[in-house]
Amino acid sequence: MGQQILNGIFVGSIYALFAVGYTLVFGVLDILNLAHQAVFMLSAFVALALVENAHLSIWLALPLAIIAGGLMGIVLERLAFRPLRGRAGSNISGLISSLAMATVFEAIALQLFGPDTSRFPQGTFPDRMIQFGSASASLLQVCIAGISVAMMAVLTFLLAKTRLGRSIRAVAESPRAARILGIDVDKVIMLSFFLSSALAGAAGVLFGLAFNSISPDVGRSVELKGLAVIILGGMGSVPGAVIAGFAIGLVEVFTVAYIGSSYRDAVSFAVLFVVLVARPSGLLGQVAVREA
Amino acid sequence: MKRALSLLFVASFANSASAADQGAVIGVAISLTGPAASYGAQQKAGIQAALADLGPGKLDVRIEDDASTKEQGITVFQKFINRDKVAAIMGPTLSNTASAADPLAQMAQVPVLAVSNTAAKGITDIGNFIWRDSLTEKQVIPGAFKKAQEKLQFKTAGVLYGNDDVFTKAGYDVMAKALEDLKVKVTGTQTFAKPDRDYNAQLTALTSAKPDVLVVSALADNAAAIVAQARQLGWKGPILGGNGFNSPAFIKNAGAAAEGVMVGTSWNSLSKDAANQKFLAAMQKVGVNPDQFSAQAYTGVLILAEAVKQSGGKTTRADIEAGLAKIKDFETPLGKFSFTADRDAQHEPSVQQVKDGKFQIVQ
Repeated sequence: MGQQILNGIFVGSIYALFAVGYTLVFGVLDILNLAHQAVFMLSAFVALALVENAHLSIWLALPLAIIAGGLMGIVLERLAFRPLRGRAGSNISGLISSLAMATVFEAIALQLFGPDTSRFPQGTFPDRMIQFGSASASLLQVCIAGISVAMMAVLTFLLAKTRLGRSIRAVAESPRAARILGIDVDKVIMLSFFLSSALAGAAGVLFGLAFNSISPDVGRSVELKGLAVIILGGMGSVPGAVIAGFAIGLVEVFTVAYIGSSYRDAVSFAVLFVVLVARPSGLLGQVAVREA
Repeated sequence: MKRALSLLFVASFANSASAADQGAVIGVAISLTGPAASYGAQQKAGIQAALADLGPGKLDVRIEDDASTKEQGITVFQKFINRDKVAAIMGPTLSNTASAADPLAQMAQVPVLAVSNTAAKGITDIGNFIWRDSLTEKQVIPGAFKKAQEKLQFKTAGVLYGNDDVFTKAGYDVMAKALEDLKVKVTGTQTFAKPDRDYNAQLTALTSAKPDVLVVSALADNAAAIVAQARQLGWKGPILGGNGFNSPAFIKNAGAAAEGVMVGTSWNSLSKDAANQKFLAAMQKVGVNPDQFSAQAYTGVLILAEAVKQSGGKTTRADIEAGLAKIKDFETPLGKFSFTADRDAQHEPSVQQVKDGKFQIVQ
């Protein structure tokens, strides 16, 4: 029981980290960035290459891969979203061009790293167990949960208290009003993409470390979960994504333990369905108000 | 046109003339490219080693690439049957390819000897001309589990299997039956799907019942992650795997966690039998480190040569078919070899265990 709660918290913290970035871009632009999972995957490969080929410590490779993820976000924004901005129906065309970028990223990974499952070399992370009552967790898992929570806390602080955070919230509210107030909207959107993709990158590296398998299609399974998490949390709500991430992680683990592994996704999505029927805007989502 | 026809006639005449000189013409279809190329390379080495051991004049072997696909497999089979007029075919590497190409040979009444197909259904039941020297999962797992139980004395087991893949699900069915026959109590059964990466929840549920062993049916990729996560959760007991574990990729990806994992295999590399020692020496000459696939391919060549001998040195398709039926307790690197009534392989399987990063036979 205790062990299963820990399992749920670990997988939940990765879901939450992934979904926070996902929902951030949605909150600012009202666009689903379907290349988010590809950034997640490619960053994991970047960290793997840094550890395996450049022989860097994971403590150096992790921040570098996170920055690489952020830069991928900027590329993504420049190529897939900015050219379409302001055109009619740019929400749908942006969705599709992000899907194209995801394919491009996956093809790059396929070319560079091959279709097989890769893993971090032995001893990338110190192998130590920590006891929590009857349950045990590896140092790695504790660090993963710790790093995820810390990054989410930093993002929350950034959005609430800093000048950049205020600009992001202003653009999310109304790009036109933000521009009138003297905010450089293009720059804010670019920075939002950087933050969002950096978080995806962090989640990717941690996922690769935790489950010891990175492959060009690794992002696909997380993508659907991430989508469920941001819908459950309320589209565009950062704290909602955090809560929903942990909730889905725990629901999954307990389904496996007490109902059967075959029903895992069925139960997760049934929970999503029930919540949406009761609260159409998600757990912490705001009811959309049309502002002229 | 006339000229082309006469050329063709000359060519086919030359073909049959050389066949008379060099013994029975055998077409070999193996995967030299594509995903199964690593197996194909081993098979080719095994065949070359066997031909060197047989000496010239017995078999005239032609090797073609089936490219690990059904389409190419069919093309190669058609070439063998209609153009090369082979007496028998060896291969193809994958069961999947065999299920598509073997029916052509059955229709043309050309004997096929499969040397690596392990799917229980859909190979030898294609018809009476399809034979194999490779044991199926159904044959390897019960024998391997029995040997493992003698060694480890386990009485309870937790079972984990992939339920969205034909191969791993079939492996699970055989395992469940084998455990039941050995009177092992199953303390829990869990499933996963191929795209899954996180098995902590399933493994926690299984290990909390404290079974003596974990039994896992998974493909190599999933298997490595499952074993690594089980060790991370503190599982120190033995792990028994299916044929999916029989891959160097498994050891590479699972790393230190793979230590102690036991898998059934159809070839005992440590066997002191003369036939096996001869095989090992022949492989050393070819310069390839042997595995189950080269042993089965080497054995395949020996079996076909024996079939020719059994039919009194005659090399038509019907003679080889009749010769194959007479093979019994034949000494091969795989052990004493016979065919079952259904033309499947019959010999004793072995168990191997990962030790110091390598599969080693459990005596």
